[in-house]
Amino acid sequence: MTTIPLFHVLILASLLFLIGFIGVVARKNTLFILMSLEVMLNAVGVAFIGAGSVWQQADGQVMFILILTLAAAEAAVGLALLIRMRKKYRSLDIDLLNKMQG
Amino acid sequence: MLANLASIESLFYLAGLVAVIASLKVVTGHNTVHALLYLVVSLLAVAVCFYLMGAPFAAGLEVIVYAGAILVLFVFAVLMFGLGKDETRNAPQNKSLANMLGAMLLAFALLVEMVLIINNSEIQQSLHATVIGSKAVGIMLYGPYLLAVEIASFLLLAGLLTGYHYAKPDVTGGSL
Amino acid sequence: MNVLLASLPFYPLVSFIILIAFGKKLSWQLAATISVSSMAITALVSAMLLFELSSSPNQAMTVNLWHWFDLTSQIGNAEVNVRFYLDGLSAVMISVVTGVGFLIHLFAAIYMKADANFSRFMAYMNLFIVAMLILVLADNLVLLYLGWEGVGLCSFLLIGFWYQEKANVLAARKAFIVTRVGDTSMAIGLLLLFNTFGELNIEAVTTLAQQTNTLTSVTSDKVSDDIYWIALLLLGGAVGKSAQLPLQTWLPDAMAGPTPVSALIHAATMVTAGVYLIARLHDIFILAPQVMNYVAWLGALTLLLAGIAALAQTDIKRVLAYSTMSQIGYMMLALGAGAWSAGVFHLMTHAFFKALLFLTAGAVIFALHHQQDLFKMGGLLKKLPFESSLFIIGLICLMALPGTSGFFSKEAIIAELWSSNTAGPMLWWCAILGALLTSIYSCRLFFIGFLGNSRFIEKANPETSTLLRSALIVLALLSLSGGLIPPDLSSVFSTAMSEPLSASIEPPWLHTVAIITPFIGILFSWFYFKQYRISRSSGAEQNLQATEGRLVMFCRQGLGFDAFYNALLVKPYQWLAQKNKADIFDQIIMLNAWYVSLWHEALVLVQNGSLRWYIAAFGLAILLLLGVSFL
Repeated sequence: MTTIPLFHVLILASLLFLIGFIGVVARKNTLFILMSLEVMLNAVGVAFIGAGSVWQQADGQVMFILILTLAAAEAAVGLALLIRMRKKYRSLDIDLLNKMQG
Repeated sequence: MLANLASIESLFYLAGLVAVIASLKVVTGHNTVHALLYLVVSLLAVAVCFYLMGAPFAAGLEVIVYAGAILVLFVFAVLMFGLGKDETRNAPQNKSLANMLGAMLLAFALLVEMVLIINNSEIQQSLHATVIGSKAVGIMLYGPYLLAVEIASFLLLAGLLTGYHYAKPDVTGGSL
Repeated sequence: MNVLLASLPFYPLVSFIILIAFGKKLSWQLAATISVSSMAITALVSAMLLFELSSSPNQAMTVNLWHWFDLTSQIGNAEVNVRFYLDGLSAVMISVVTGVGFLIHLFAAIYMKADANFSRFMAYMNLFIVAMLILVLADNLVLLYLGWEGVGLCSFLLIGFWYQEKANVLAARKAFIVTRVGDTSMAIGLLLLFNTFGELNIEAVTTLAQQTNTLTSVTSDKVSDDIYWIALLLLGGAVGKSAQLPLQTWLPDAMAGPTPVSALIHAATMVTAGVYLIARLHDIFILAPQVMNYVAWLGALTLLLAGIAALAQTDIKRVLAYSTMSQIGYMMLALGAGAWSAGVFHLMTHAFFKALLFLTAGAVIFALHHQQDLFKMGGLLKKLPFESSLFIIGLICLMALPGTSGFFSKEAIIAELWSSNTAGPMLWWCAILGALLTSIYSCRLFFIGFLGNSRFIEKANPETSTLLRSALIVLALLSLSGGLIPPDLSSVFSTAMSEPLSASIEPPWLHTVAIITPFIGILFSWFYFKQYRISRSSGAEQNLQATEGRLVMFCRQGLGFDAFYNALLVKPYQWLAQKNKADIFDQIIMLNAWYVSLWHEALVLVQNGSLRWYIAAFGLAILLLLGVSFL
């Protein structure tokens, strides 16, 4: 049991998550969206680690490691898509990719 | 003043503040490379938080894998494929170090914090009592979570293949 | 398991399948051989069955093919099986269906030789035989209903066989729709029957009805009321199929089909299905004497009206059609009077001589290059002596001159009418009047068509093939001698009307009157239709015209029934359809579609393809869910 109360950890995690989410929604540049996604993933990691340390369980860290792999894969695929998009549209504006309606 | 600062909670709040500020700068940034720099700072701050929460292994991974590998991948992609071009118009035209001052200041604050933590034996003691070591995590990973690990490996493989497929140049010139 | 009985409907079925599957690939020779030989086998098998039946001790045979399904009601469960039941009554029917059917197939194979769709025609004919055999052999009323609808379908297909002509299609449609009215009534009757007795097996129903009969005093009003309605509704079905009043209008139009069809379906077999149905379920009808009275009156009215209508026709086939209606009226009259055996006997003899008449008429029409108008014929006795003599045989049977088959059966009916509980002197007089009408219209037909001046200018070209002629000759022999072999139906109708008939005392002159009536008719026509009979030498006035008076036209058009139904049902329906062109009910359903498309329009705005909108909606939804879970 650490001295940091779980409530405060969760406040930090939700703050970070909210910042990331606003970034994802508000930014038009796809690269910034990707970075905001990383921030969001981190926020989730904070929540897991905090919970794990409060209950003194290793599961929280295991979850964080899984999130880490997810972030790695996501970054790889996302960046590859960005490169593709750059070649095709000469821009990273996500609103150009609205051809798939409905 | 220093004694006041030197409690685990206050250090945690400080690191959290750094993380929040850095994240805000990431989200609101104009220059891609600067934003990435702030993202690195944000990740480092989160790593400090992890450390303070008694998860040094996670903190290490955060620094090595997240900041060290994933973010470097971002930087590579941005610099090599010109992904930052859209933003260069908005970027400040002077190339002085002042552009990076904010990020450096935040990183410096984190450094001070780390030094404080490592130097303060009281904090070290209380942290030791609550730490969940890499051994426990390893046992969990290769015990009950073995299947998850396998799936994660598949995910990585899939990410690798997808990344390769999408990023390779169009030799045939056809569509996707 | 009696293989012969079980296989009976399958010979024509196999032939049908072959013909319909290979259709136009088959040559005339092959198609004719397949269909006619399948019918020959069927006739042979049914003859063997008759022999077997006469030697079997309990006068009935059953064979169970397979279990079909179970019916459940509050009263109990009833199995519905595909099971054939052969007793005296169905034996008469199968002998008529297969025997006459075989001869007509033989005739049709030659008559329809030139038709491009010959194999389709023979396939339908075979299918008809299958359905008819199922109808008469069915052991339960569900299977009977299957056959009932099957013959209706074949009738429709065959009336509209030459579907390139609009009139034929209209006639087929009319026949189908009008008989459907009766069929619906019958279906309701069957359901009610099942609801009352909890059984649809004919034997079981008969047994139950007999039990009810013996317990008449005890049975509640409810059951007797039900039985009244059952009998009435079943009568509705019979009326539709047998072209009795008030559903008789389809039969004259049905003559649009090829002549063998008229002979097989609309004279000999299918139209008598109603008679068969009533005879088959006579135990139920006995329980409802009032309905039997209706049956008798319906029969008598049809008999008279059809006879009057026949007097005014110009088309040889329509005369025969009305004559068929009136003869079936006789059968109905007999059934209504409780003279079951006589009715079925008349069914049999009528099948013989009416098939003969139709086929001979077909041969005549064929010889005259498809001329059906009587007033364009004339003097055929000299031109076509063979056909004419056969036609005479058919007509004297129809008129029931002593010694012919028609005489025996018709006399049997008339003899029982006077003293029957459910008939009486009134109906007896109707029957006599009908017999008089029959002989008058028969003579008129014969005089116009076969005597007098020849008004047919081209050379007559009769079909002289031996097979066709032999079929006709066999039918003629059957018509003449069929009356000598009355079917023994005492085992079937053993329970019918066992109480002594003492409603009224028969006066002694009864039989004499019945016998001399046709002669009176002939005598009357001999003088009244003199103008048709005498051949005039001068060529100028040889064009005989049919009279066109209002009364005659009224009779010719079937006594206004068509016009009446047109005004009462068809016109309002068409008016309604016209008004409802936009389909009000469809609009109501379209309201649904409109509502859906409204939502579609709304939701399409959401699906704008912009990823950021989706994510924002995602986040809002999560917030909403969190809020809900907190609350």
